[in-house]
Amino acid sequence: MKRFSGLVIAACLTLLTSTAFGADTVKIGVAGAHTGDLASYGLPTVNAAKLVAKDVNAKGGIDGKQIELLIQDEECKPEKATNAATKLISDGAVVVLGHICSGATKAALPIYTEAKIVTISPSATNPELTQSGQYPTFFRTIASDDAQAKLGVDFAIGKLAAKKIAVLHDKGDYGKGYAEYAQKFIQDGGQAEVVLFEGVTPGAVDYSAVVQKVRQTGADTVMFGGYHPEASKIVSQLKKKRVKVNFISDDGVKDDTFIKVAGADAEDVYASGPQDVSGLEMNKAAKAAHVAEFGTEAGAFFDAAYAAMQALVNAIDKADSTDSDKIMNALRTENVDTTVGTIKFDARGDAEGVGFSMYQVQGGQYVELK
Amino acid sequence: MNELKKSILVSLWFMFLTFPLMVIRVNTIDQTVVWRWENMALIGIGSFVLSFVWRWAMRRKEAGDAVAASGEKKSSKVAEWANNPALTNTFRAIFLLGFLVTPWLVTTYQTNILISFLLYVVLGLGLNVIVGVAGLLFLGHAAFYAIGAYSYALLNQYFGLGFWVALPIGGVIAALAGIALAFPVLRLRGDYLAIVTLGFGEIVRLVLENWSDLTGGPSGVSNIPRPGLFDIKLSVADANIYIYYIVLALAIITIIAVTRLKDSRIGRALQALREDEIACEAMGIDRVGVKVMAFGLGTAWAGFAGVIFAAKTTFINPASFTFFESAIILSIVVLGGMGSNLGVILGSAFLVLLPEYLRAFSEYRMILFATAMVLMMVFRPQGLIPAKGRSYTVDDPDLNPANGGGN
Amino acid sequence: MACPSVLSTVRQGAVPSRRRRGIMDWQYFTELFLGGLTRGSIYALIAIGYTMVYGIIELINFAHGEVYMLGAFVGLIIAGVLGIMGFPAPAILVIAAVVAIIYCAGYGYTMEKIAYKPLRGAGRLSPLISAIGMSLFLQNYIILAQTSDFLPFPRLIPDFDFLEPIAHVFGSSDFVIVVTSALFMAGLTAFIKYTKMGKAMRATAQNRKMAMLLGVDSDKVISITFILGSSLAALGGVLIASHVGMVNFAIGFLAGIKAFTAAVLGGIGSIPGAMLGGLFLGLSESFATGYISSDYEDVFAFTLLVVFLIFRPSGIMGKAKVEKV
Repeated sequence: MKRFSGLVIAACLTLLTSTAFGADTVKIGVAGAHTGDLASYGLPTVNAAKLVAKDVNAKGGIDGKQIELLIQDEECKPEKATNAATKLISDGAVVVLGHICSGATKAALPIYTEAKIVTISPSATNPELTQSGQYPTFFRTIASDDAQAKLGVDFAIGKLAAKKIAVLHDKGDYGKGYAEYAQKFIQDGGQAEVVLFEGVTPGAVDYSAVVQKVRQTGADTVMFGGYHPEASKIVSQLKKKRVKVNFISDDGVKDDTFIKVAGADAEDVYASGPQDVSGLEMNKAAKAAHVAEFGTEAGAFFDAAYAAMQALVNAIDKADSTDSDKIMNALRTENVDTTVGTIKFDARGDAEGVGFSMYQVQGGQYVELK
Repeated sequence: MNELKKSILVSLWFMFLTFPLMVIRVNTIDQTVVWRWENMALIGIGSFVLSFVWRWAMRRKEAGDAVAASGEKKSSKVAEWANNPALTNTFRAIFLLGFLVTPWLVTTYQTNILISFLLYVVLGLGLNVIVGVAGLLFLGHAAFYAIGAYSYALLNQYFGLGFWVALPIGGVIAALAGIALAFPVLRLRGDYLAIVTLGFGEIVRLVLENWSDLTGGPSGVSNIPRPGLFDIKLSVADANIYIYYIVLALAIITIIAVTRLKDSRIGRALQALREDEIACEAMGIDRVGVKVMAFGLGTAWAGFAGVIFAAKTTFINPASFTFFESAIILSIVVLGGMGSNLGVILGSAFLVLLPEYLRAFSEYRMILFATAMVLMMVFRPQGLIPAKGRSYTVDDPDLNPANGGGN
Repeated sequence: MACPSVLSTVRQGAVPSRRRRGIMDWQYFTELFLGGLTRGSIYALIAIGYTMVYGIIELINFAHGEVYMLGAFVGLIIAGVLGIMGFPAPAILVIAAVVAIIYCAGYGYTMEKIAYKPLRGAGRLSPLISAIGMSLFLQNYIILAQTSDFLPFPRLIPDFDFLEPIAHVFGSSDFVIVVTSALFMAGLTAFIKYTKMGKAMRATAQNRKMAMLLGVDSDKVISITFILGSSLAALGGVLIASHVGMVNFAIGFLAGIKAFTAAVLGGIGSIPGAMLGGLFLGLSESFATGYISSDYEDVFAFTLLVVFLIFRPSGIMGKAKVEKV
């Protein structure tokens, strides 16, 4: 008798959960810059999603449902991001991996928040996104910019004995945010002086005037918030004009493309980036899978994106549903082994156990500094 | 044979011209060179064929121009239809019905596109007053769009004003800004006016970008509330539909207003201004007043559109209001045929809906769009619906119609 | 060498702990001045193209900035190929520049024939829109034919020994830019002034119909105008790419707008005006950044433009146009 009723209950539950699933597939949205000049930041995330989806689907999917990826390009532009978000929701995405740039993420989040769609970003580092409390459905597998800026400032003052720091940025949301935090930490710390705080125009013909200004202020260190194209140009100009400073930047610059484009001028540049997790077994396996599948090395934020996908899949699995509250609960309570280590998320959405390290270009490669 | 020779030459020329860029792909990062000879063959054949097509099209165009120049009253089918009131009214009714019902039939994404389309129609109509009707070359319209959007965003952020309150305020602020711009540039003619307005547009955008304390700089302003419907909380999809109707209403109001404007005294003064400024002044029309009014009216509409744009995307930043935006809006007006409402609507459809629906071609989308723009201008510079002056027929038996006694 | 002491201390790369601050920090001023000169030369090269085309057919050629960008790209491709083949650096630079000039002249010529010639009688706005479309077309053409990434441009200009003492202020590539631009602009001025074609160009710019009546082939003149303007822009593209070390499909836009501003400042339609305007803008921007802030650098440039147009629309060199009633 008991067994029979158990069977009935089991059957009912399966029926119920499958209706909770609704469709035949679990639709996961992947939003980011897939074309345009910031595509090198967004495409590795797509690859990561594809790899995880392939893996999971081969093993039978999540609770029997196959993963279907809905890929939307928004070129890191906020107004396109809102379009992409609306499209993903109307196409039935239950969770979203993205977006890539902080500005675009900020634009899209109100839409996701209102529709109660869990969103995990591998690269949007703007602190407000988790600290303001306005986006309860947002998570990320990367630490935020204030952590980065603090690391950079502590490193400059502590390890490089900086006394006069020139803070530059690219007037963009991400770069300026980093620069403003850096300025704040330097001023709060009181051990060094911010001798210059200015923005450069991306795409300008040349930066010699700003570089001369840096020299004029007598700065011994430059902290730059922004992406690799501008960093590359500034570093070249600094070298050309023989201005001897230490150059510290953020994870937008901790990218191999920076070294390739700046060439010899990139030597000795410092940049902060996600901690080096390439020693982890899972990480190595994921990277190898990337080479096997796509024929090239994995690019920026691949580790974090792969981890985010793993976390999403794990949460949906553990929650046995695609209901957002259950997924969020699972993300916060269940540990998951990923390519960036064993993580779970805190109440605000940041990943516990994920941090930044400082790297330096030595001999044409980024080397993690302990 | 001559034709063949010409085409072969053209083909050879293009193969030569595009050789370095299409055939050679250098990657200085990896130090590799790839030679893509198949592209050369493609260009060769393509340009060979296209040169024939081009010449044929040019001949047709020149024939058409010759006919128009000789004064023959050969109006196109479309213009004929446009003149038939019964036909136009039915069409209008059908379109209106279509627009009213659409949001319930299509996805939120499609509704979004249509909202964009309608916003551009409003923008285009506003610019039409300045450029098409008054003939003033204005390249900074995006700035007033931005002013409207930021008015709402900032008023909401600092004073908590809601959408409906901000809507008229946004329009008024934009109009005031337009009037303020008009005064110093009054004396400028033609291209100089265009350049100044371009500069002004860029200045507004750059100030918005740099004055972070007030405007949030590049981070923009987020969490802008959508228009409220008597305090009912709407879901994303429903709010979109609501906005759609608001924009549709605005578009219809704008169409009506602009049409009335053209027939009014002010409208006629503007058109006189376009044709000949000096004669205008000689006739006693207050040049200054009329110009200022044109600016103010056109920019007010940009302001309204801006407020709605802010409400629709809930997040604005200066990157949405670049010179490229102004260029697109101007293109809508010119492509549609300056001075005509229907033209603006068609132009907007062409320039806004086309790229969206070309998404299927993904990477070729923008280049097809650009090609279409150039071709449209080359083959139909007067626009889709050329501006027609009002014509009157005089029924006076004394005037001999054979002597051209008509208009 | 009787060098001032300040210069020699800075040469060693060290930053002097106490700067002589008299009424004015002359060293800083000179640095900014020379930087502005470099920037201004590039603006001038591009601005000439705008002004010549406007002078002849009264069109603001929005696609001109893209020609500059094309020059940079063609230069990059040739430099890349020759580099792999092992040519010496100065030879690569010269060959790349020459090839870029030839190709961009071709592009300018073709562009005119396709997008502007058919529109010659069609008023002001249609050619403008056509130009905007052309600009968009060229940008996307590069994205499709090449890539949307930032590509590094090899450093082709070696450090000149005679510049060592001031290399931190005025390096070898600055020198090459300023000198080359000056030479080419001088060459162009001579061409316009002394050759028959130059005379024909001036005549056509003054009054096209009259020139035609006098036997000037206006089509040819217009084509030559585009060719010359595009050549200079291409040169600018190659020089700047080598100076900055990077090319990208989007560099044409900002440089184009700035150069256009320079052309207007100098008096649109006047070639010496474009040169002066370019230098003036480059210097102003440099000083504005150095003494005020680089945040508002662009705002400054555009405000200058607007102010000039309101109070002196004919620019620095232009003659006030007499408007016939």
